[in-house]
Amino acid sequence: MERSLMTQTTAESPARRQRAQLKARTLRTDRWWLAPVLTFAALASFLVYGFWAMFDPSYYIAPYVAPFSAPCLLEVCPEGARVFGFAPIGDWFPLPPGVLVLGLPGGFRLTCYYYRKSYYRSFWLSPPACSVAEPHGKYTGETRLPLILQNVHRYFFYGSVLISAVLTYEAIVAFRNTDGEWGHMGVGTVILAVNAVLISAYTLSCHSCRHIVAGRLNHFSRHPLRYRFWGLVSKLNARHMLLAWVSMYTVLFADLYVRLVAKGIVTDITFF
Amino acid sequence: MSYKAKFRIWRGEGGEGRLEDFTVEVNEGEVVLDIIHRLQATQAPDLAVRWNCKAGKCGSCSMEINGKPKLGCMTRMSTFGEDEVITVTPMRTFPVIKDLVTDVSFNYQKAREIPSFTPPSDVRPGEYRMKQIDVERSQEFRKCIECFMCNNVCHVIRDHDENKQAFAGPRFLMQIAELDMHPYDVADRQDSAQDEHGLGYCNITKCCTEVCPEHIKITDNALIPMKERVVDRRYDPLVWLGNKIFKRSAAK
Ligand code: SF4
Ligand code: SF4
Ligand code: FES
Ligand code: FES
Repeated sequence: MERSLMTQTTAESPARRQRAQLKARTLRTDRWWLAPVLTFAALASFLVYGFWAMFDPSYYIAPYVAPFSAPCLLEVCPEGARVFGFAPIGDWFPLPPGVLVLGLPGGFRLTCYYYRKSYYRSFWLSPPACSVAEPHGKYTGETRLPLILQNVHRYFFYGSVLISAVLTYEAIVAFRNTDGEWGHMGVGTVILAVNAVLISAYTLSCHSCRHIVAGRLNHFSRHPLRYRFWGLVSKLNARHMLLAWVSMYTVLFADLYVRLVAKGIVTDITFF
Repeated sequence: MSYKAKFRIWRGEGGEGRLEDFTVEVNEGEVVLDIIHRLQATQAPDLAVRWNCKAGKCGSCSMEINGKPKLGCMTRMSTFGEDEVITVTPMRTFPVIKDLVTDVSFNYQKAREIPSFTPPSDVRPGEYRMKQIDVERSQEFRKCIECFMCNNVCHVIRDHDENKQAFAGPRFLMQIAELDMHPYDVADRQDSAQDEHGLGYCNITKCCTEVCPEHIKITDNALIPMKERVVDRRYDPLVWLGNKIFKRSAAK
């Protein structure tokens, strides 16, 4: 009895409080680094493009407005680029119109639960991949400043609902020709319409949206209509990551397309 | 159709130990746990491994296979190449008792720290009336087999042992979410999730979801909804104002 107590690891023995003293950072043998590398490259290139587009002046060629500069709220915006012809900000804002509004969709994506996952993993390596040790000595997550501010996400969601509405409006007015008459459709019209649909789908699939629609309720049965919507949003929400990527590329592509047409590098094909 | 596979298995008592090499027969249809049992039967009779059901339902045989948390009884040998070296180690986040067996009492401790289901005092047992759609959402969480691989993989404690005090881990944050969503639970779950159980530590990087053998969408369906509920309670001035004006919280 005495002997077995000596040789066994008992609950009290200090050895029992130790994890396996494995030195390797990870024992994974697959290419775990590939996903973070690709994500990093994709997100970084999107940031670079967005930064360029923000200051690029060729954001309008009738009847198309580049999505990164929508809504165009300044007096410098050509009549056709404004939403219902309004320029509520006037002329005091010295920078291009994109700079004024890009914070909203930018902040929406920055605080999005999916993008948080993707950049915490690929930019901050926290963790780079599952069961791969992160390189940081200390970790407090989203418990304190600045990351606790991620909790404002739902306000960006409210703002992004407006942005989706604006992009939908811009897609609808892209069915007018250069003289403002209805009944036009070009490649640009299709691109803007597809983009508006995907941006709206991404926005509706947001986790905050799911929560606001009915996720915060405990008695679904007392709110049948909200429960129905919750079911729909949940279906979209399950594809949130996919919608995040697809809409990111459609908006980039749509924006680039309009700018290239505006610069005269690409000619918009008109169907009718 | 049998072949000889190369295994490297962690051997040792307590944290001390080393990876030991074995060459062992593998037959068609076998899983990693079968091979470990064959090693026990042939070359290493004192090799310690915890298991019970061999059907992926008891959550005993959690281990790390080629660095990934897996159930030994559900990991088919056919997923590896015949000349691949297969490394098997105990779960990293918990102290080792012997070889592949870890001491998972951290999890039992955390489970005890969460107050159990608390119904309103004026509703007696037998008087609960719940529609299926009111409980459906949390039924997903009840599939949990308590293998604790989610808590094991979570970098909050895996990479930072010092956070163990403050952080309940995905398994138990999910339990808090389940209780908070329960139509008849009246205990405070939101403030305590944030203050006492460390929900804020989670950075929604989804490793818990990736390893869950029951495919529970822990992050999407429990942790993020719970974070949103905490925002309602603490960080959203509009919701706070609405609750003050309409005394709404009672009508959930
Ligand atoms: S999603 Fe949160 S709880 Fe799950 S593993 Fe990641 S940090 Fe841990
Ligand atoms: S939630 Fe999944 S991974 Fe976590 S203990 Fe339960 S079954 Fe295991
Ligand atoms: S937009 Fe991704 S969670 Fe809200
Ligand atoms: S032995 Fe029960 S889950 Fe593997």
